[in-house]
Amino acid sequence: MSSSTTASRSLSRAGRRARGRSRGRSGSLPRHRGLIVGFLTLPIILYAVFVLSPYVQAIYISLTDWTGFARRLNFVGFENYTRVAHDDLFWTGLKHNLVMLAVLPVLTIGLGLFFASMLNIDRAGRGVRGSSAYKIVYFFPQVLPVAVIGVLWQFVYTPRSGLLNGLLGTHHAWLGSPDTALAAVLAVGVWSSVGFYVVLFSAAMGAIPQEIYEAVALDGAGRWRTFFQVTLPLLRDTVRVGLIYVSIGALDGFAIVQLMTVGPGGPDNATEVVGLTLYRRAFADGQFGYACAMGVVMLFMTLTLAVILQSRRREVGR
Amino acid sequence: MSPIDRRTLLLGLAGGTGLLLTGCAVPSGGRDSGSKAAPAVAGDDPKNPFGVKTSDRLDVVIFKGGFGDDYAKQVEETYKQAFPGAQVKHSGLQKLQETLQPRFVSGTPPDVIDNSGAAALNAVTLQKGGQLLDLKALLDAPSVDDPKVRVRDTLLPGVVESGTLGDTVASVNYAYTVTGFWYNQDLFEKNGWVYPKTWDELVALCAKIKASGIAPFTYQGKFPGYFLEPLMQMMAKTGGAETLAAVDNLEPGAWQSQPVADAVGAIEKLVKNGYILQGSEGLSHTEAQQAWVDGKAALIPCGSWLENEMKSTTPKGFRMAVGPTPAVTAQDKLPATAISASSSEGFIVPKDAKNTAGGLEFLRLLLSRSAASKFSELTGSMTTVKGAGANVTNSPALTSARKAVEAAGANTISFRFGGWYGDLYAAGSSAMGELLTGRVDAAEFMKRTQAAADKIAKDSNVVKYHR
Repeated sequence: MSSSTTASRSLSRAGRRARGRSRGRSGSLPRHRGLIVGFLTLPIILYAVFVLSPYVQAIYISLTDWTGFARRLNFVGFENYTRVAHDDLFWTGLKHNLVMLAVLPVLTIGLGLFFASMLNIDRAGRGVRGSSAYKIVYFFPQVLPVAVIGVLWQFVYTPRSGLLNGLLGTHHAWLGSPDTALAAVLAVGVWSSVGFYVVLFSAAMGAIPQEIYEAVALDGAGRWRTFFQVTLPLLRDTVRVGLIYVSIGALDGFAIVQLMTVGPGGPDNATEVVGLTLYRRAFADGQFGYACAMGVVMLFMTLTLAVILQSRRREVGR
Repeated sequence: MSPIDRRTLLLGLAGGTGLLLTGCAVPSGGRDSGSKAAPAVAGDDPKNPFGVKTSDRLDVVIFKGGFGDDYAKQVEETYKQAFPGAQVKHSGLQKLQETLQPRFVSGTPPDVIDNSGAAALNAVTLQKGGQLLDLKALLDAPSVDDPKVRVRDTLLPGVVESGTLGDTVASVNYAYTVTGFWYNQDLFEKNGWVYPKTWDELVALCAKIKASGIAPFTYQGKFPGYFLEPLMQMMAKTGGAETLAAVDNLEPGAWQSQPVADAVGAIEKLVKNGYILQGSEGLSHTEAQQAWVDGKAALIPCGSWLENEMKSTTPKGFRMAVGPTPAVTAQDKLPATAISASSSEGFIVPKDAKNTAGGLEFLRLLLSRSAASKFSELTGSMTTVKGAGANVTNSPALTSARKAVEAAGANTISFRFGGWYGDLYAAGSSAMGELLTGRVDAAEFMKRTQAAADKIAKDSNVVKYHR
């Protein structure tokens, strides 16, 4: 946090100087400052325009009754937030997001670590045979757009003749039953993202000096012990970053739910997520102000989560 | 993007801060011109009742979905012939919402919009915001085919009402959709099956169908709202039109009456007897309809767009036919021939449009008999124009739908709560999905829908309508 404020302070100073120079051609500024300003001005403006300003706008809209189409909007204070608090569908969605938050990070990071260690480490420091091919296979879902993933998995879950039912010899409607729908969606979430973490953790494992493993091997540590007492502690920072990514993703889940599920969000709201409720309120019902209030609530939840995970990282780092 | 957006963007860039951009997506409020002169209402010239000026460009946006947009292009040609030199801009779109939203906000909407499809603009919201032109002027204008007859009188019964919100005519629907149970005529003839007139006959038929190795029913599992249509049809028959009106008007206990119980109970019976294709609840609408085309199920609820929607995967010579829901009780208030017929494909004219006269004129031409017949020929669907397309015989589904409407006579059925109260429709669909999978029974279905209706009745944020 502090380093970024320093950076922005020095940047604004540099900006002032740059402007001064263009007027007076003093040329007293060190050369690299001009370079920094040149490289940073455009990205920061783009960031402000396309990332920050929508947030500011959303907060503003959330305090109004804007329909999304109207040319006028009325300020309604915190009325939208009161409505969010009493919206059953919002709470149902939030509950499912929290389930995802509890399950997705554990599964995705756990599987990612398992696969990455299988690919990278044996006693001699090499991965299993053909590990580079596996890496590509694991990463493959990352290359697919989420729309393709959704359609693909619908075929897998097709009630009678689908791949999954074929394998299990059942006739179950995986997405059509409230008991299995959310789990079916979660499985797709894990499948589609685990490859990224395999690659991420593989890279981090590759950076661990080989000597450490040699020393550990000489001391007679087994694979499990090596993993839990050497590899994992050295990967801690990378794992934390991964956790933040997955957790933020778990608070979203909109795309897959919208693409795959009954309703969508069903059956019987079994897969409703906040993003879907928000989308419906904004686009189907013309209640942008209300939808923005939901969005702002989610923004602060996500920020809080990220801050909690970040601060824990710093403690551990110390 | 509109010029205003671009200008604010440049402003923001010059200022080096994003905060100035707060005006980008949100209206700034003061720009609203407010009192825009209404177009010349129904003048004397039957050739140009709205006073279209050739110099004004016409901007048409058509939802390019199941019906395509070729029919509209033909009308645009007619428009150009009527007003030589007039420029027409045509856009065939699917994502109306995201394309048109910035245009509405910046006050430069198109002159006429075919507001349909999954991403249609919320007409209730637009109407509430005073952003739609009242189409009464169009309805009272002389029709193209006979200047002595007003456009209003060339439309099928119920069409004007279905586009009316409060006391304004917000939209005019163009497609006429018949909804019932669809069956394959050849399959029925081959097996000696006859489309049933009473529910008991239907249940007996289902037993026969099941014995032959085919599932009697399937439905669009992921969108169980499809089965609300037959339910409404059955409710109207068991209890009369007032049963549906009570539901639409959110009357207390509307979902708990005996006629509703009879209708819901009849559907529950199909489920209990195992007459629904196993796994239907996991199928999308096209997957379910394909299962029906492939002969895995004998009956499916759907609207008359079915043939066009399944065109590419239906074998040649496949003869689809629609039937009304059979009579549930012996004392049904409406005859068994009564059928759900509603109009869709609603056209709107935005109030802020530059050339509203042109927009109205486009609709007047669209509602001519020749344009309507062309629509039926191109899409295999009926239009809301009386008697149009009677000569079109290239579609078995269209012929069957037309016959069904003729048989129904004055007894056509439609409900309104789906368009008025999105949340009630969603709750009804969800409950229907549970009913059709047997996870809830008829009583629980009625309890849930009643609770959803009561909630909306109490919600002061929802604008209420009445029929």
